Amino acid sequence: MRARGITVRAGAATLVDDASFEAPAGALTALLGPNGAGKSTLLRAVAGVERPASGSVEHDDADLLAMPRRRRARVLALIEQEAATELPLTVRAVVGLGRTPHETLLGGRDPDATAAIDEAMAVAGVAGFASRDITSLSGGERQRVMLARALAQQPRILVLDEPTNHLDIAAQLEVLDVLADLAAAGTTVVVALHDLTLAAAHAQHVVVMAHGRVVASGPTGETLTPELLREVYGVQAQWSTNPLTGAPLLAVARVSRPGPTGSGS
Amino acid sequence: MSRPKAVSKPGARVSTRRSAATRPAVVGVLLTAGLLASIAAAVTIGSADLSVPDVIGSIAAHLGIGQSPLDTLRDGIVWELRLPRILTAACVGAGLALSGAVMQALTRNQLADPYLLGLSSGASLGAVSVLLLGVAVLLPVAAFAGALAALAVTLGLAGALGRITPTRTVLAGVAVSSLAGAITSFVIFWSVTGDSYRQILGWLLGSLSGARWPAVAIAGIALLVVGVPIALSGRVLDAFAFGDTTASSLGVPVQAVRWVLLGGTALLTGAMVSVSGAIGFVGLVLPHAVRLLTGPGHRALLPLAALVGAVFLVWADTLARSLFDPRELPVGIVTALIGAPVFALLLARRRSEA
Repeated sequence: MRARGITVRAGAATLVDDASFEAPAGALTALLGPNGAGKSTLLRAVAGVERPASGSVEHDDADLLAMPRRRRARVLALIEQEAATELPLTVRAVVGLGRTPHETLLGGRDPDATAAIDEAMAVAGVAGFASRDITSLSGGERQRVMLARALAQQPRILVLDEPTNHLDIAAQLEVLDVLADLAAAGTTVVVALHDLTLAAAHAQHVVVMAHGRVVASGPTGETLTPELLREVYGVQAQWSTNPLTGAPLLAVARVSRPGPTGSGS
Repeated sequence: MSRPKAVSKPGARVSTRRSAATRPAVVGVLLTAGLLASIAAAVTIGSADLSVPDVIGSIAAHLGIGQSPLDTLRDGIVWELRLPRILTAACVGAGLALSGAVMQALTRNQLADPYLLGLSSGASLGAVSVLLLGVAVLLPVAAFAGALAALAVTLGLAGALGRITPTRTVLAGVAVSSLAGAITSFVIFWSVTGDSYRQILGWLLGSLSGARWPAVAIAGIALLVVGVPIALSGRVLDAFAFGDTTASSLGVPVQAVRWVLLGGTALLTGAMVSVSGAIGFVGLVLPHAVRLLTGPGHRALLPLAALVGAVFLVWADTLARSLFDPRELPVGIVTALIGAPVFALLLARRRSEA
């Protein structure tokens, strides 16, 4: 998937300014940047939920933003930040909402519904509580249900806005493991994260935003340089190895007070 | 969190699927049968005593099957008075309950009812104009025109306040309701005399006593043309459960759906009010009762609410015309007398569950 020149304005303010990035299929792409950098807005624009002033999202030689929304919803699924409901729907019913773009507006039959819903629930690990009420679940369980709902859309591209927010560390790692597996199986996964260490450990590809612009993107190890992180986040960083997993580990710390010259932000 | 497709407890999942998909269908079949039985039974009830086979025979004769077992007078009671009235009750009950369920979903307000946009007060004003001021149009036409005029003023006012949003629309509806109600009261206060008072009061409280075949046609066509598509739109309303962004990402044209449903329920309610007056509580209470039965999913809720509404109003109207026979109560009094305590019970039950 390739986003090109996406610009989103709200009144006089430019929230996202000419953002272009690539999210390779088969990889987990993390969208990084400080709060207010425009990550959510960019993801909403890519998902076609917010109409950008300009830009395109190319996938398989087609522009997703030029597609009818129902067709787009069969290619791309969005999990927004903290989607909540007051309706005590069952988990299975919520996952079933993912079939909406595969049905007609008046709810015409969708022959693949049962199989797609079952598979989505199995992959996201929510089949065990399919008949429970969504409002009774923990944050981690609810997030996995939302993931299953998105998977029931059978998308080629999965876009998630900070899915690990408010989850305890075990639930965060679980969600990211499922996303990594999905990416490995060929889905394009784009996920906004604000935890640098988590992103560095799980994403093969990163896109870094600051002040509404994409300031860097590429393979994780090459892109998240100590210089870039000092520039964007105002922190010092160093790559090492996670002693538990042997995977690359990005250690971060505040810039020490009498720091070397260079601009923070 | 397991990736393999093999699922740990297949038995448990099959049973949930059955309860989620089959139960509303079973309830729907039972309710449809109950509705038909209620209609047949209600026709037999009244000062002229009739049996179910006689009623079915008479109806069949009018549909061109066989001979009516009844004499001309009793046959007329079945075909010209009771049957059209009962069919109107069924259509109005279905339309109001359906509109109420949709309004509650669109405004995300459990207390919403079909009259939220000023429709009933507009219709009342139209009806009062005919009954008291001698405006020379048919009552249902005037009531429908009044309802649509109120809707137009509501939308106009909401538009004048800025971008039209559901909240603004509801607030504007409240203002228009109050205004139309005040004008109606003024007209009644100024010009009502003697006999017309009871007629007016009957209409304002909601009554089916005047319902003949034209009323069946108005309510039935509205239900068929507008009501049926709305009743099938439950999946779309479910997609709104997590807010506009999620609905939009699922491919739902959020704004268009919202306005089509709002306009559709307004038309439906306007048609119902035009033949029956403003019958209260049906649109407010019955959707809540059905939710207890089937859960909150709109796909089952909408058609079942329509069926329950039809059965409910058939019996409420039968009570209204037979309780103090030969005097009649406006059916709106009966629905309020039943509806208010039932609503309180539902609230209490929900509280104990929460």
